[in-house]
Amino acid sequence: MSVPDVDVIVVGAGPAGSCAALVAARAGLDVVLLERGPFAGSKNMYGGVVYPRILDELIPEWWLEAPVQRWITRRSTMLLTDTQAMTVDFRSEAWGAPPYNGATAYRPDWDHWLASHAVAAGAQLITDTTVTGLLRDPSGAVVGVRTDRPDGDLRARVVIACDGVNSFLAKEAGLYEHTDASHYTLGVKETLALPKETIDERFAVRERHGVDIEILGGTSGVNGGGFLYTNLDTLAVGAVLKLPALASQKRRPEEVIAGLKAHPAIAPLVQGAELVEYSAHLIPEAGLEMMPKMTSAGMLVAGDAAALCLAAGIWLEGVNFAMASGMYAGEAAVEAARSGDASERGLSGYQRRLAETFVLRDHRKLRRAPRLVLSDRVQHLYPQMVANTVERMFRVDNPAPKPGLRAILRQERRRAGVRLGDLARDGWTGFRSFG
Amino acid sequence: MSERMISFQERMATAEFRVHERAHIVVDGAVCGDCSTRECVVACPASLFVPTSDGGIVFNYEQCFECGTCYIVCNREGAISWSYPEGGHGIVYRRV
Repeated sequence: MSVPDVDVIVVGAGPAGSCAALVAARAGLDVVLLERGPFAGSKNMYGGVVYPRILDELIPEWWLEAPVQRWITRRSTMLLTDTQAMTVDFRSEAWGAPPYNGATAYRPDWDHWLASHAVAAGAQLITDTTVTGLLRDPSGAVVGVRTDRPDGDLRARVVIACDGVNSFLAKEAGLYEHTDASHYTLGVKETLALPKETIDERFAVRERHGVDIEILGGTSGVNGGGFLYTNLDTLAVGAVLKLPALASQKRRPEEVIAGLKAHPAIAPLVQGAELVEYSAHLIPEAGLEMMPKMTSAGMLVAGDAAALCLAAGIWLEGVNFAMASGMYAGEAAVEAARSGDASERGLSGYQRRLAETFVLRDHRKLRRAPRLVLSDRVQHLYPQMVANTVERMFRVDNPAPKPGLRAILRQERRRAGVRLGDLARDGWTGFRSFG
Repeated sequence: MSERMISFQERMATAEFRVHERAHIVVDGAVCGDCSTRECVVACPASLFVPTSDGGIVFNYEQCFECGTCYIVCNREGAISWSYPEGGHGIVYRRV
């Protein structure tokens, strides 16, 4: 049996890794937090909205110090066809005051801030270090990691893999059965500079209030969705694209963004804005359908590495799932270190916590949602049907009298080629997921 | 159109890449030479897979976002060998 160098090694200083390291270090464990980038957050991007309430206990009054761009007080869900747009727009002043709801933030800022809390708690952050593999004992239990540093082997009682969506560590440990391209979407984003006053005027917000627009349609026929978020003096505009559809539709990702930005409902919002950064990242989109086993002897997997991203159409969350799963992995590692049992059984507190909290409860409730939202009918048929129905409802065709809504719906359903049985089935799936 | 069109080169110049001398992704032309679908060419957000006139593919690793799209969409076993760059290298998203 090898002697551990430290109690816990956390691989990856993203939101999951830093929360895991923070919890374990606060409990008095000897923790090393490894990051392959030059600083925490340097490899990370997302659309742009974080829901931080999970931090209430870990970092009380986190909102006084978190590097937030704007607080989301206006949330829009937009449905686009080539020439139409329908938006459901909601505003709440309550979301502009503590404890807030969502916020836009830059990931290099956010992740760097969270990592600084882990360091303040006593975790040792080592950047510029890529983990290249697992160290295992003869029984197969994980006992450490190999890094690309000279003499770079490091041993620990527990390894927490927070190494992101590609998680080569979870794959090496055999926790993923297979990799299926249809479980992933590619997120591409443009960060566009505009003066704060211009953003305030265009999006009808003030001070640090901001807007979150989620978009169905407008992605050049590629299954996925669009987004538009306000930072303080930039906009984040981008698309989330299902990988096989992206490849088979022969659409380049940057062309999809260009198409979205040229849509008559979006173009006036982004006009004149200068590109300051183009970025891309994979998203584990399929929820429960793709999740790996999250515990093996000596190792826990958290965050994107465990496919803990919620992509359920009207709810798009990831950083909160990462922070929560990281916290719970940290707690389980503390239990294992104290009991001296880092076997699967000794680490079982992790799975229990995931199952008892929103982390897996939300995923179980919404297990059918990712497939539904990315289905061809929801992507290509329903938006046209709904937009045409609404257009006819509000069109005044005098001298013709107003048609009844039922008649319009029936005609537009047929015109869009939607079968009643499919509509009923999808409606029922949607109701069971979201209801 | 009133918007200024930017070239792909300008687009990629907005991101910072600290390039290491070792290529972290290697493409085996012998495996992908007769591939007709070429998902990587379409899907790579950095457009690093470039078809050549003789039917091959040229790959550049320097401006890679390290997203993983290429090896996940690829249908050819062994065509793309994928690893992360050496610590401290590769894409660096900026702090503002």
